[in-house]
Amino acid sequence: MSTSTPVRPETAAGPPRSGRSAPGARTAHGVFDPRLLWASLPEAFRKLDPRLMISAPVMFVVEIGSVLTTVLAATDPGDWFGWTIAAWLWLTVLFANLSEAVAEGRGRAQADSLRRARTDTVARRLTHGGEERVPGTALAVGDRVVCEAGDVIPGDGDVVEGVASVDESAITGESAPVIRESGGDRSAVTGGTRVLSDRIVVRVTARPGDTFLDRMISLVEGAARQKTPNEIALNILLASLTIVFLLAVVTLQPFAVYAGAEQSLVVLTALLVCLIPTTIGALLSAIGIAGMDRLVQRNVLATSGRAVEAAGDVSTLLLDKTGTITHGNRQAAGFRPAAGVREADLAEAALLSSLADETPEGRSVVALATDRHGLPARRRDQVPDAAWVPFTAQTRMSGVDTGTLRVRKGAAGAVTAWVTGLGGTVPGAVLGAVEAISGQGGTPLLVAEDRAGAARVLGVIHLKDVVKDGMRERFAELRRMGIRTVMITGDNARTAEAIAAEAGVDDFLAEATPEDKMALIKREQAGGRLVAMTGDGTNDAPALAQADVGVAMNTGTSAAKEAANMVDLDSDPTKLIDIVQIGKQLLITRGALTTFSLANDVAKYFAIIPAMFAAAYPGLDHLNIMGLSSPESAILAAVVFNALIIVALVPLALRGVAYRPLGADRMLRRNLGRYGIGGLIAPFIGIKLIDLLLSLIPGIG
Amino acid sequence: MNHTLADVLQISALIVALALVHRPLGDYMAAVYSSRTHLRAERWVYRAIGADPDAEMRWPSYLRAVLAFSAVGVLFLYAFQRLQDRLPLSLGFDPIPPDQAFNTAVSFVSNTNWQSYAGESAMGHLVQAGGLAVQNFVSAAVGLAVAIALVRGFARFRTGELGNFWSDLVRGTIRILLPIAALAAVVLVALGAVQSFAGPQEVQTLTGAAQQIPGGPVASQEAIKNLGTNGGGFYNANSAHPFENPGGLSNLLEIFLLLAIPFSMPRTFGRLVGNVKQGYAVVAAMGVIWLAGVIAVTVVERQAPGTASQLAGGSMEGKEQRFGEGASSLFAVSTTMTSTGSVNSFHDSYQGLSGGVLIFGMVLGEVAPGGVGSGLYGMLIMAVIVVFISGLMVGRTPEYLGKKLRPREIKLAACAILITPALVLTGTAVAMALPDGEEAMTNAGPHGFSEVLYAYASAANNNGSAFAGLGADTGFFNTTLGFAMLLGRFLPMVFVLALAGSLAQQQPVPVTAGTLRTHRPLFAGMLVAGTVVVAGLTFFPALSLGPLAEGLAV
Repeated sequence: MSTSTPVRPETAAGPPRSGRSAPGARTAHGVFDPRLLWASLPEAFRKLDPRLMISAPVMFVVEIGSVLTTVLAATDPGDWFGWTIAAWLWLTVLFANLSEAVAEGRGRAQADSLRRARTDTVARRLTHGGEERVPGTALAVGDRVVCEAGDVIPGDGDVVEGVASVDESAITGESAPVIRESGGDRSAVTGGTRVLSDRIVVRVTARPGDTFLDRMISLVEGAARQKTPNEIALNILLASLTIVFLLAVVTLQPFAVYAGAEQSLVVLTALLVCLIPTTIGALLSAIGIAGMDRLVQRNVLATSGRAVEAAGDVSTLLLDKTGTITHGNRQAAGFRPAAGVREADLAEAALLSSLADETPEGRSVVALATDRHGLPARRRDQVPDAAWVPFTAQTRMSGVDTGTLRVRKGAAGAVTAWVTGLGGTVPGAVLGAVEAISGQGGTPLLVAEDRAGAARVLGVIHLKDVVKDGMRERFAELRRMGIRTVMITGDNARTAEAIAAEAGVDDFLAEATPEDKMALIKREQAGGRLVAMTGDGTNDAPALAQADVGVAMNTGTSAAKEAANMVDLDSDPTKLIDIVQIGKQLLITRGALTTFSLANDVAKYFAIIPAMFAAAYPGLDHLNIMGLSSPESAILAAVVFNALIIVALVPLALRGVAYRPLGADRMLRRNLGRYGIGGLIAPFIGIKLIDLLLSLIPGIG
Repeated sequence: MNHTLADVLQISALIVALALVHRPLGDYMAAVYSSRTHLRAERWVYRAIGADPDAEMRWPSYLRAVLAFSAVGVLFLYAFQRLQDRLPLSLGFDPIPPDQAFNTAVSFVSNTNWQSYAGESAMGHLVQAGGLAVQNFVSAAVGLAVAIALVRGFARFRTGELGNFWSDLVRGTIRILLPIAALAAVVLVALGAVQSFAGPQEVQTLTGAAQQIPGGPVASQEAIKNLGTNGGGFYNANSAHPFENPGGLSNLLEIFLLLAIPFSMPRTFGRLVGNVKQGYAVVAAMGVIWLAGVIAVTVVERQAPGTASQLAGGSMEGKEQRFGEGASSLFAVSTTMTSTGSVNSFHDSYQGLSGGVLIFGMVLGEVAPGGVGSGLYGMLIMAVIVVFISGLMVGRTPEYLGKKLRPREIKLAACAILITPALVLTGTAVAMALPDGEEAMTNAGPHGFSEVLYAYASAANNNGSAFAGLGADTGFFNTTLGFAMLLGRFLPMVFVLALAGSLAQQQPVPVTAGTLRTHRPLFAGMLVAGTVVVAGLTFFPALSLGPLAEGLAV
């Protein structure tokens, strides 16, 4: 199994993060911290309010059961059993609330540190002919404000004048400053960030209270949380199961009366609570909140839970070539010597001629010669008696003159002119190689020398856009998950095809215009596929809005961020793959815990039914396969297990089930084995153990 | 030949026959429902009822047609029975009392065929052949039509249209049920079943006493009774009566008839959705549950304790000597799991645990393989629920056959599976809470409770067999069971058709490597587990106080 996926199960040892270390203050850890339980306790009590509980129908039923058993116990104060059941039912509700409170608490910690960034700023608003100082909250859309070194930018906006370096660590956690300048795709600034140098004029684009930062805060706090479609569907299913079990328990009493084994309301309530899917009912909202939280920990902000869910369903990924699939700059990939020239000689000449070339391409030629061909690394001062010819955009050549030897490296046309000017010729085979490299989308550089008046071409350097390491594996992984990748590039079709083949993407869109991109998205969507893409420019905005999952880079324009439903604060386009996996993990966690919850019921029946009816029909004692010690302890053990399993599963709900990019079949088999079969067996063991403990208490066993 | 070998051979022969017929019959039914041409006889019918068979219906119109047709059927049958004495061929029987007439009318229109009357001593030939037998055909055809509408919901995209109810109804009757029933009736006559319109014959018995032996159009009703998973026998003794079911071979044929269409419907489904493997998964799930039930009941009956039982090779109480334990158990499980309800032995006399299996077979929702049509749509609803949970576990919004299962779909599916358990449990609870339940029992203790539970399980799931032992011809039972049958049949249809309409509007979600594959054994296994666990969890308490308490008391 490939390990290149950055969605790693986070462990207590501290999760390795994708790419960089996150600032400790802002991102709560993905692991479960017991201290959070205590901190969340008051909130858990506050959530006992029935008006809040009703949104989780399963737990609402448990709360009614708790009230009922408490009232019943109060009417018969000497009945220890009634009190104990009542207490554990209350604990069940409380544990459910606790799980939600803990999930929210982690978000709140992040919100608090975000809020610190939103200190009360004073804005320097430009008026006709001057500026005035107003509170940041008094700004309106369209106002122009000045920010100089040291100022906090008072609100979201676009730079309309000047260029400045900005510290965005409050938002991104990234300490390195970024450049923001007017015009182009790096003009957006975020309120709460700090200008480090120079002076810019910002046109405000968001109302105070509705800035990016504000939205982030409300999102991570869960205030803006709405139930997602899938969550609603699952809630419906859980509610209908609850109704079925309610019926099964309510109708049981007349049957029991006939059997001469009338049951107390306490026991019936205990049975009901054990049967209804409390485990998933209790953890459902925590799972959703934690899913959003996992995105935030990876520095991605989603504008809605719906988008996170959609990410799990994505079947087509549109990826920009440059920066996502390739490094984005051309690098030397090989030497093609001319006839009669040894490759080592060509490499030596290329190295010499590139020492004066400070461009990334030039450095890559040096790197290729030293790394691949084992030539000693040389500095310029190690070459005696050298006159360096640096690369310029005019000459399009670099080189060195040392004694009678003159070496040049550069664009094919420039070097050809240089050689022919000195009376040399360019062999046809070399021209053929030049053609071939251009045809594959690469860039050919010629290397030539003039040794004591005899000029000749030594060969060709093949420059090309290099695919990032590990991309092929990642795309293969995505393919196994059923996701098709499409590379978007402005290159011509031949170039695009070569890179697409090398990177292993499924398809490509060459010479892509924003309209082409839009059309591709619509075409995919018409086929029922969900599309995810990243973008940063203003011209990406329509496509970002059209895509089911549009991830804008934080460095992008505010138009792009506005149109997208997620923003990646790290501006790392490969993050899209993580987002998809987080979406899937969210859905899997829901399904797994639902299965677990339902499978649990089997064991509970085997505990409770014999306890209720073995007195009337001794044959039913055969069902007591766990050998529980007494009817009271059996029922109590089931109720206690039912409550404790919620707490036991809170870490899993918050962390999400371990996810691996597998095909659907293997994934289902794995999760079914773990949570279905596991859910069947675990309560038999758990209830038996609790019963053993309970039977030690005098009067129960 | 020892018993075990005989049982194995009989079951194997049946499975082979079903496997052989499953493909051609399933393909034929798929062709019937997608055919564009009308037979001449069908055109006459359309002209007579004034229906345009080519007009596509959206789900509300389809549902209205189903309900209107069935309502007319109930009224017609009710009037028929109430006016029996004034109609020809009444054989001199009195009109049926109102509560029983309501119960019977609902019973036959809902494809239940619960009989609170004794056929040969209450219903004249005209009511039997012109009323009840007609409903045997059309009520089954209604079930087929609704199932096909749901399948179209899966097969069609970006449309709300589900086909035409009148054309589905007429085709199901004329092209599927009639020809097979006619053929089967002829074979049954050849095997010794009676077929006449004569009045009762008076014969001298060996002791010299005179006895009236009624005859009638028995073989024809017998064929459709089983083929259409109806179950209403001509005689009170149903398929245990030698005129209905003369011997071992006719018995096997009848079991085959009642399983043939339900087990072939998944093939039709697979054909119509364009992937026969999808049908295989469904039929495999149905088959596994059915076979497990057959094995369980056969083993329990064979192992019945007691000297007499062991000498007889098993429990023979309530069973016909000419069938024995094996063929009786096979019939009993097949009839309860197909919503047929015809019986060749008396389920009341089965061992406690066997009775539990029979009740469980019904409360599964009649899906393994279930009634004609209703079995398929019941199982597909179950599949929707199972896909929803297992689909989440592969990390996508669940989808089945390219359709997304959104809140609306889950709401409708959940409502559809909620209805029958609710009816069974509340019906039984009301009967037990009121004196009526206990008064009607002929047995005390858990067995008496099983009798009442069985009655409501049978009625709400439109099975129609009785546990016997329960004196159910009372105003209370006729009325409450009547409502259980009515609601148990038509309320789920409302949700099934609404679901079909909702599915048909969707655009297809393409299948990728990340899609849950619903034609694999793993999914069939989950379908079995889901069906059994959901019903098991719902009915475990009730079953434990009846069959389990009785069966485990040994």
